[in-house]
Amino acid sequence: MKAGTSKTSSAILNVVAVIGSLLVLVPIYVLCVNSFKSAAESSSMSIALPKELHFENFSTVIEQGKLATSFVNSAIYSVCSVILIVLCVLFAAFVISRNNSRLNKGIYYFIIAGIAMPLNNVTLMKVLQSLHLMNTRPGVIFIYAAINIPLSLFLAYGFIGTIPRELDEAALLEGCTPFSMFTKVILPLLKPIASTLVVLNMMAVWNDFMMPLYYLNSSRKWPMTLAVYNFYGMYEKSWNLVCADIVLTILPVLLVFIAGQKYITGGVSAGAVKG
Amino acid sequence: MNIKRTYPWYFATGALVLYSVFFFLPSLLGIGYSFTDWNSYFDNFKFVGLENYRKAFSSDYSKYIWNTVYFTVCTTTLKTVLGCLLALLLTQKFIKGSSVHRMIYFLPQVLSYLVVGLIFKSMLHPTRGFVNNFLRGIGLDRLALNWLTDLHLVFPTVILVDTWKGAGYIMVVMIAGLLSISPDYYEAADIDGANSFQKFTKITLPLLTPIIINTTVLNITYGLRVFDMIYSLTNGGPGDATGVINTAVYKEFSNGNLAMGTTLSDILFFVMLVLIYFIIKSMEHKEVKQ
Repeated sequence: MKAGTSKTSSAILNVVAVIGSLLVLVPIYVLCVNSFKSAAESSSMSIALPKELHFENFSTVIEQGKLATSFVNSAIYSVCSVILIVLCVLFAAFVISRNNSRLNKGIYYFIIAGIAMPLNNVTLMKVLQSLHLMNTRPGVIFIYAAINIPLSLFLAYGFIGTIPRELDEAALLEGCTPFSMFTKVILPLLKPIASTLVVLNMMAVWNDFMMPLYYLNSSRKWPMTLAVYNFYGMYEKSWNLVCADIVLTILPVLLVFIAGQKYITGGVSAGAVKG
Repeated sequence: MNIKRTYPWYFATGALVLYSVFFFLPSLLGIGYSFTDWNSYFDNFKFVGLENYRKAFSSDYSKYIWNTVYFTVCTTTLKTVLGCLLALLLTQKFIKGSSVHRMIYFLPQVLSYLVVGLIFKSMLHPTRGFVNNFLRGIGLDRLALNWLTDLHLVFPTVILVDTWKGAGYIMVVMIAGLLSISPDYYEAADIDGANSFQKFTKITLPLLTPIIINTTVLNITYGLRVFDMIYSLTNGGPGDATGVINTAVYKEFSNGNLAMGTTLSDILFFVMLVLIYFIIKSMEHKEVKQ
């Protein structure tokens, strides 16, 4: 293919690649330009640039859509559950990977089965009720931790296998306890996998919509996904506000994506390629 | 060195407890409740045997099951083929700015399914949406259709939107796979006089197979559990036309038919259990090879 490709076909394929990129970008572009228009101007959702910039759309949306509260909520849910996931998973992956007993192998497969298993949302409600966690922030955080632990454990387990055992032995000879051996010697070496886990889980929790839909009924506790869904239902008549709301909702994720682009694509493909 | 003392079991308790209580326990309870008439109106419920399962496979509910399967098969196929083609395209040397293209194709992956659903719900609005206004603007009035309300069109539309979101991710994974293939193979093939089609079928495809299997597993497990995308685009409508298992579970849940919701969820559970058996089998196989 490389040597024999003629100029025309390489030109055609370049055009194909550009068209593909446009297909991805046009919806996002339309969203952005319409978020600056007046209600009347945005009614047909055209690709034309706005005649004048209506920045007040954004302040309206932040007020009406309760974006400030929901942003804080999303941040609380993702930060807390990510800390919980990363800590639990790294500790667990370490002992499971080092001590290959039958029991540990069983635990490992038991947990990673959750990568594909569906969660039973109906009976989870029952469990939450009996623990008095229904409609609470800790409840949602625990659920996020539980549903994201399987894939994270799978990734961490693979990574810890690459760290030589001799390090553990040396640390023990130096008089470390198992706990200080892990936290002082091993944990610093796990930075790469820890960052992958942080990015992956952060995105998963930030973008989730199902858990708050099932388990949070007071709007004060809603994350951004649920807030934007609700806003859409109320303001479907004014595209400018809907667009502004969606733009503000995706802005944090887009900024993170543009800043750490290489890192994220590496992280998300790592699981699938290694698996 | 005493392995048991050096690697204490309680390091694993955090993960194990969280997973067991909030993931495994509900699944277990779910199987129990699926044999009852549990609902949110009465406190006491009674054993009804396989009644719920019989209902789930009867005409009212089996539609959800078939829709789920249809959605899964279509999106998995589309994403795999498209992802593979894009990966092959963007690893060619003559493509200008291929890293920019890769970034753009991957972009939808970082957006939430819900937001993508809302974006397309507004873009595809029959009278005020961008797509139809654009088509009318360039004189293609006949193509300005009711994308999300026409019974025949709605499922293909939903599937295409889902592919728009997911194909870039599959592409990124496939590119990682393609780049891991040593160029020596292609050089050897060149010396032997192989053409590009032969190189693709004899080198690229066989070496890419493990990756294709992995992405297929990912796509299938996603497809069977799909909820956000459909809930925000159509909410299962019009009527039940795009209802899948997880939207049906939510519907039953909000209507208080808890036992029926659990049963539908369990059906998914059993299907996954069978799939997982094969996934673990294939992973064990790989560990031996390493």
